[in-house]
Amino acid sequence: MTTTEVSRSIDARGMPCPGPLMTLIGAIREGQVGDVIEVLSSDEGSRTDIPAWINKAAHELVEVVQEDGFARFVVRKAR
Amino acid sequence: MADTDTLSLVLFSGTDDKLNAAAVLTAGGAAMGRRVNIFLQYWALDAFRTDRIHKDHGVAPEAGPEGHGVLQRHGGQHWSEILGQAKGIGEVGIHACSLSMEMFGITKDDLDPLVDDVEGVASFFLEVDGPVTFI
Repeated sequence: MTTTEVSRSIDARGMPCPGPLMTLIGAIREGQVGDVIEVLSSDEGSRTDIPAWINKAAHELVEVVQEDGFARFVVRKAR
Repeated sequence: MADTDTLSLVLFSGTDDKLNAAAVLTAGGAAMGRRVNIFLQYWALDAFRTDRIHKDHGVAPEAGPEGHGVLQRHGGQHWSEILGQAKGIGEVGIHACSLSMEMFGITKDDLDPLVDDVEGVASFFLEVDGPVTFI
């Protein structure tokens, strides 16, 4: 359960690798520092790719929630 | 530092499966902060012609009879779209081989705008700082 307010939600379910990550990167670039962006992805690659990119790009992975058939990644733009 | 290394790709094959695989590698490299340096030769260059970039370029011989269907059923983004996204998030240079241009009798105007310029092979190597992957 999260109390974080989501600024933008992206439904990337059904989009193959690397689509969900690329969409997230675009959204992070367009957003303001502090924005919280949620991405829904059914792509298996996102499980490793999204956390790897967030770590590399020095943003914050607030949480990853496994739902039925997809995962919800909640990311805060840190810089 | 590995993350400052350039990903250097020579694209030779012009089939949609290989171009898609190359586009995915490019996107991943660009996302992770790698500079990506692409040289287009032969059939890959031909696939970047404006009038045929969105046509069906088939699949590699190793795909076998079933292979074409696998790619088509999967759908997803076209490789040109993935390359466009990669260029949007990182430093990705796509260069056309001047020899192949001459061989096919084409000019820069015949190529999709994804292609930055036409250069010789030595110019490509100016930006190579590690291994070259040939696809």
